[in-house]
Amino acid sequence: MAEKVIEQKNMTAYQKIEMTARRRKKTAAVITYILLSVWAVIVLFPFYWMVLTSVKSYSAYNAEYIPRFFTLSPTMQNYVEAFTAVPLGRYLFNTLIFTLVTTLVMLVVITLAAFAFARLEFRGKNVMFVVFLSMMMIPNELAVITNFMTVTNLDMRNSFAGLILPSVMSVFYVYLLKENFEQIPDSLYYAAKVDGTSDLRYLLRVMIPISKPTLVTITILKVIECWNSYVWPRLITDDPDYFLVSNGIQEIRENGFGRENIPAMMAAVVVISLPLILLFLVFHKKIMEGVSRGGTKG
Amino acid sequence: MKVVLKNLTKKFPSRDRKSHTDVIAVNNFNFEIPDGRLIGLLGPSGCGKSTALNLISGLLKPTEGRIFFGDEDVTDLPPENRGIGLVFQNYALYPHLNVKQNILFPLQNLKGKDKLSKSEMLEKVIEAAKLVQIDDLMERKPRELSGGQQQRVAIARALVKRPKVLLLDEPLSNLDARLRIQTREEIRRIQQETGITTIFVTHDQEEAMSISDRIVVMKEGVIQQIGEPQEVYDSPANLFVARFLGTPPINVFEGQVQGGRLIVGEDTVMQIGGVADRQVYVGIRPEGFVMKEDGTFHCRLDRVEVMGRDISVVCTNAASVNPTVRAILSTDHKISLNAGRKEEGTYVNFSLISRKVFLFDKETEKRIYFGEKGL
Amino acid sequence: MMRDKTINSGLKGWIYLLPAVLFLGVFMVYPLVDVLVYSFEEGYNSASQTYFGIGSYNYAYVLRDPYFLQALKNTFLLVIITVPLSTGIALLISLGLNSIKPFRDLFQTIYFLPYVTNTLAVGMVFMILFKKTAYSDGLINLLISCFGGEGVDFIDGPYWAKMFVLCIYTIWVVMPFKILILTSALAAVDQQYYNAAKVDGTSKFRTFARITLPMISPMIFYLIITGFIGAFKAYSDVVALFGTNLNAAGMNTIVGYVYDMLYGDSGGYPSYASAAAILLFAIVFTITCINLLISKRKVYY
Repeated sequence: MAEKVIEQKNMTAYQKIEMTARRRKKTAAVITYILLSVWAVIVLFPFYWMVLTSVKSYSAYNAEYIPRFFTLSPTMQNYVEAFTAVPLGRYLFNTLIFTLVTTLVMLVVITLAAFAFARLEFRGKNVMFVVFLSMMMIPNELAVITNFMTVTNLDMRNSFAGLILPSVMSVFYVYLLKENFEQIPDSLYYAAKVDGTSDLRYLLRVMIPISKPTLVTITILKVIECWNSYVWPRLITDDPDYFLVSNGIQEIRENGFGRENIPAMMAAVVVISLPLILLFLVFHKKIMEGVSRGGTKG
Repeated sequence: MKVVLKNLTKKFPSRDRKSHTDVIAVNNFNFEIPDGRLIGLLGPSGCGKSTALNLISGLLKPTEGRIFFGDEDVTDLPPENRGIGLVFQNYALYPHLNVKQNILFPLQNLKGKDKLSKSEMLEKVIEAAKLVQIDDLMERKPRELSGGQQQRVAIARALVKRPKVLLLDEPLSNLDARLRIQTREEIRRIQQETGITTIFVTHDQEEAMSISDRIVVMKEGVIQQIGEPQEVYDSPANLFVARFLGTPPINVFEGQVQGGRLIVGEDTVMQIGGVADRQVYVGIRPEGFVMKEDGTFHCRLDRVEVMGRDISVVCTNAASVNPTVRAILSTDHKISLNAGRKEEGTYVNFSLISRKVFLFDKETEKRIYFGEKGL
Repeated sequence: MMRDKTINSGLKGWIYLLPAVLFLGVFMVYPLVDVLVYSFEEGYNSASQTYFGIGSYNYAYVLRDPYFLQALKNTFLLVIITVPLSTGIALLISLGLNSIKPFRDLFQTIYFLPYVTNTLAVGMVFMILFKKTAYSDGLINLLISCFGGEGVDFIDGPYWAKMFVLCIYTIWVVMPFKILILTSALAAVDQQYYNAAKVDGTSKFRTFARITLPMISPMIFYLIITGFIGAFKAYSDVVALFGTNLNAAGMNTIVGYVYDMLYGDSGGYPSYASAAAILLFAIVFTITCINLLISKRKVYY
């Protein structure tokens, strides 16, 4: 200590400034890290709690007046319960079908539309594009009412067709893809034309491969949207055979396991959250990039 | 395959909505390209040369006129049936395909009786790649290639179907200066090896002059002159052609012809026979000056640039249209200039080489021929 | 250069566009017209598909319906509390993220996690954290009592408590998007400006107020606008916390009101649903326009 004081006395003015600046910087960094960590805990804690609760046994959970932050006797019993007492497997399967088919059909529809807008010339193209753009501003909630009536009248309630058809079109993705297509130089198209490439072949062999990153982004965003969709499936299905996971989990909550079985409920929550979390962990760079390019939730 | 253009015209609707006059990008083209020749289509940007090329390729349809390949009228044929190869300024290589797949791409479009087996295709690809000397780069993606290599791939892709006519749209403008010279020699070699009729669009006169059998000089959609490069340089048909060809550019002066004498400023610079009295533009090539003590053409010396092989004398003259007058002299003149440089307002005297001097009508800017040679 | 259209024929474009136009027409454009019609058809009966007349009765009914007024109040409260709060916190966190190097990617990835999770599923976790049951007061209540506060049932208890947990959850849900957008906006600010400010000895706060904030102001306004729109359309996170019977819980939102009118125990009134949906659209539209007007004046670009 004594030595340090002497050292300080011998310091020049510059060194003093330097030292206080360094100290200040350090304090700021420490505070920043603390705040960021606090938020990280807030974000992660519900996930931790969900996993933790799901491995506590029913009796152990209910016996804890003060919930414990860990468990020494994890059990998989709740997961068994989640799959047997309610048709969770069915919900997952339905959601998988719904997600895959909707995403695939959407990709075809928007790719063709984006190609038409970006590459082809036809009468009424500009008018049509304005119509598409204006549809981006219309909230889905306005369309849902009529769609509900349409699907009901067409007798498509409780069917995959009723679930999927109104969900396949996304004006925003058409727009995103069209912008991407337009960045491909015209000369590539003319080169292909000179070689006798048809428009469709040019789309399949040149434009789609070049735009793969954008298509992957759109696919991921749509998969997330489909997997988490709740409102439309809730309106259009009342037969549990056609429930998606969101409706399933709501059903479980309201009249699920016959009694308030929170651990089993949490097991179900873990099961339905896991696929997307895994997807996110693998593709987190792509997903975040895609969302920051203009996605919004839902 | 010879290419014949007859009354070829292309009009575009005006972009300006108020004026309904069309933009004429290509105005009444008539010329014939003999089989197996390399033609340079030359002009400043926006002169319609790329439009002309796109008409020949079939990417654009002409407003009027016909195009013949050999004796066949191809005006209404779509591009893929014309048997052409096209190389773009930015090469237009498919970025997601490697070199081999890029060259293969046109062959995979062939249908019906033209369809090739896999091994035949590969053979053709290798042949084309060898021709442009990129056969060791087959697995690379375009972004892993240098500009020059990309250019070769683009040429190989254009050649792989053995086109009857090869069209090159500004093929060298994305390359650096050294590569440009190398690649243009390469294009010349490939063209001569294959004997394919080739049309080459460029705004760079040096490029066009150096490799073309003939050049076509264009301005605002109108052909100004067609001829062998040297012929066009030595005998420009009008002021535009004279100014467009040659580096450094031609020196232009305002002058007049009076009683068989050419007067520039206050100097009577030459005797001219057979031209009536009139106002003229006088074009003098930089190499048309000879420094002489008793020269009749006086200019105020500005500076001397030594280039090694020769020297460039930069001076000013009140009658000059350009801000400075540039004369290129062989290095023998060095000594006499050194003496003059120190003083302000030194004058230098030139006499002129008459075949390097051109007269143009002040109104029409058309060439006025004089002298017994009548070039 | 290729200004004329000789290469493509007209019909082909429409063929490529056809599927999109069909889907858009049937499920977007037609419904828009239809919903307007519904909203003015009085006494519509969904079983017989008949109605008495045309008029504004549906709007009058909805505007007098106490459930709708409750939903309106809830929605406005939610918007007014969560939009500024979440944007502010997101800005703070993004600034923090931008100032560090180690662990930055890790933090960013963690923060984004709620975006990909099922709102319904995680909402249930929030519910058990905040709920008071017969066997347990729930974790949050225990924390409160640790600090000497009085426990309260956030899920079935007083209105302010339910609003509180709804706001907390909403903020938790919307945060990832905002943090992501703001971090990329901050990262896009040219370092040269900061260097110039540093050389001039500009204080940290001044640098933030005079350089950073103006530079990212377009993005902040974008977030505020999308935040408003998103919060006005809140529904599934409310369901996650309070169940589907939102009217009984007194926690319904406008969108929830629309769906309840349409379907479910209190459903079967598409006309009322349409009127409510159009009212919602009118509110969102007005507020977006006001936002855009303000942003035009305030944003530096």
